[in-house]
Amino acid sequence: MKNKTTSDRRKFILNMARSAGIAALGGFVWSAYVDEVTASQLLLRPPGAIKENEFLKTCIKCGLCVEACPYDTLSLAKPGDHKPLGTPYFIPREIPCYMCPDIPCVPVCPTGALDESSVTTNGVLDINVADMGLAVIDRETCIAFWGIQCDACYRACPILGEAITVEYQRNERTGKHAYLSPVVHADACTGCGLCEKACVTEKASIFVLPREVAMGKAGNYYIKGWDKNDEKRLENAKEIKTTTDISKDSAVNSLNSGKGDLY
Amino acid sequence: MRTLWNKYRYLMFRRTTQIGLLLLYFGANVWGWTLLMGNLSSSIFLDVVPLSDPYAALQMLAAGAVLATDLLIGVFIVTIFYLLIGGRAFCSWVCPVNIITDAAALLRRKLNIDGISKRQPASRNMRYWVLVLSLIISFMMGVTAFEFISPISMLHRGIIFGLGFGWAAMLVIFLFDLFVLKNGWCGHICPLGGFYSLLGSFSLIRVQHTQENCTGCMKCKVVCPEQQVLHMIGKESLPVLSGECTNCARCIEVCDDDALSFSIKKLAKNKKSGE
Repeated sequence: MKNKTTSDRRKFILNMARSAGIAALGGFVWSAYVDEVTASQLLLRPPGAIKENEFLKTCIKCGLCVEACPYDTLSLAKPGDHKPLGTPYFIPREIPCYMCPDIPCVPVCPTGALDESSVTTNGVLDINVADMGLAVIDRETCIAFWGIQCDACYRACPILGEAITVEYQRNERTGKHAYLSPVVHADACTGCGLCEKACVTEKASIFVLPREVAMGKAGNYYIKGWDKNDEKRLENAKEIKTTTDISKDSAVNSLNSGKGDLY
Repeated sequence: MRTLWNKYRYLMFRRTTQIGLLLLYFGANVWGWTLLMGNLSSSIFLDVVPLSDPYAALQMLAAGAVLATDLLIGVFIVTIFYLLIGGRAFCSWVCPVNIITDAAALLRRKLNIDGISKRQPASRNMRYWVLVLSLIISFMMGVTAFEFISPISMLHRGIIFGLGFGWAAMLVIFLFDLFVLKNGWCGHICPLGGFYSLLGSFSLIRVQHTQENCTGCMKCKVVCPEQQVLHMIGKESLPVLSGECTNCARCIEVCDDDALSFSIKKLAKNKKSGE
């Protein structure tokens, strides 16, 4: 009798240990996979999409935005697309966002992963404030920078003159022509990708990247002294003191110390 | 013709609802129908009524997402619906993976694989562990963990919006169910089935067993994808109370002796106490 209870107890403990082991293994593989598939940064979301890490937990992958889009711009990521499975994205070189004024893809979102308030100004839907990404130009391959006249992206831009402008510059090589080179303005660009679609080079020389990828960050140290609003940041600024190998000593001593490369 | 009706009527209804729903979704995406838009994760019925997967919402909650009103209304409607008609009615009447696993189970019976390998090495409680695990991973990683691997979503989304390599996942499930584990996916692993099992514990629609009519042929147990719920067969007149019953009604169809039928829970209970 006693033996039986002991072996029952052993069996129970063994079973629990086995379940825990399987759960740990499964959980490890599962979370590693999820981590992998959600790591993709280089994809463009529909207008009004909330921040990517929030988007991944909020989007329910129902595809209502995809169905609402009249241009078939959006698709849901399929297995094999190497994008977070089931989430909506678009590839501007194939079909860009045509920036419908009524933004049909956003209000249909049942979960708020596409946030109506982020594309609304004064209570009215406004696609011009959407932020799907930012167009960047490769000056090496853009033929306008070679001096060949092309303003395809400029003409294609729905916010022509604000998001993309053309700058004139003397062409020193010929001495009698001008460069008409496109410049993207980050504050106006919505990332719709019509420019990328319109670009005439074999592989687009202007292309949309997610803003976090396309842009740097100046940080808090630098303030535009000529900008009254930006200068206000000084009011709340606190002194930050960092000590490095070089700053331990006075500047002159550091320079004379013969430490070699100060950087 | 008559036997076809008697033996397969619920099966035909089920395939009709399963395929019909997918057709409505597919039509919404391809031809612009507006009756039922979206997919099984979340949809809009008749342009107004939101419907949402409660298990997906649960994962969103665990991941720390803010749940929108539309989503909550949709979740509420779906939850009440399955609470009344039996949680796992989703599994047998709506879920498209059911067609694949049913096919595997059928082939398994035809090839007599069950006769060769009788031992079932895994516990059916595994799905509840997977369910808990999915919520833990959702919480830790801040994403809806099961939604990123779910072959169910992969299939219905795939049929409506493009399958990609999703067919490979379907093949794996089919082969797994066929050769590795009987009712392996739906009956052992699927956390959505586990979720609806828990929800279905309260459902009103039940399969009722009438012991007086039963001849003990056990045909019902052979076709049942969740055999453990039919423990009362040949023993006593009881309704099938386990939430793991999918209300698929295959047992009702294969019974030649009128010993199984659908009943409403409350009535079944009253009848029993009245005796």
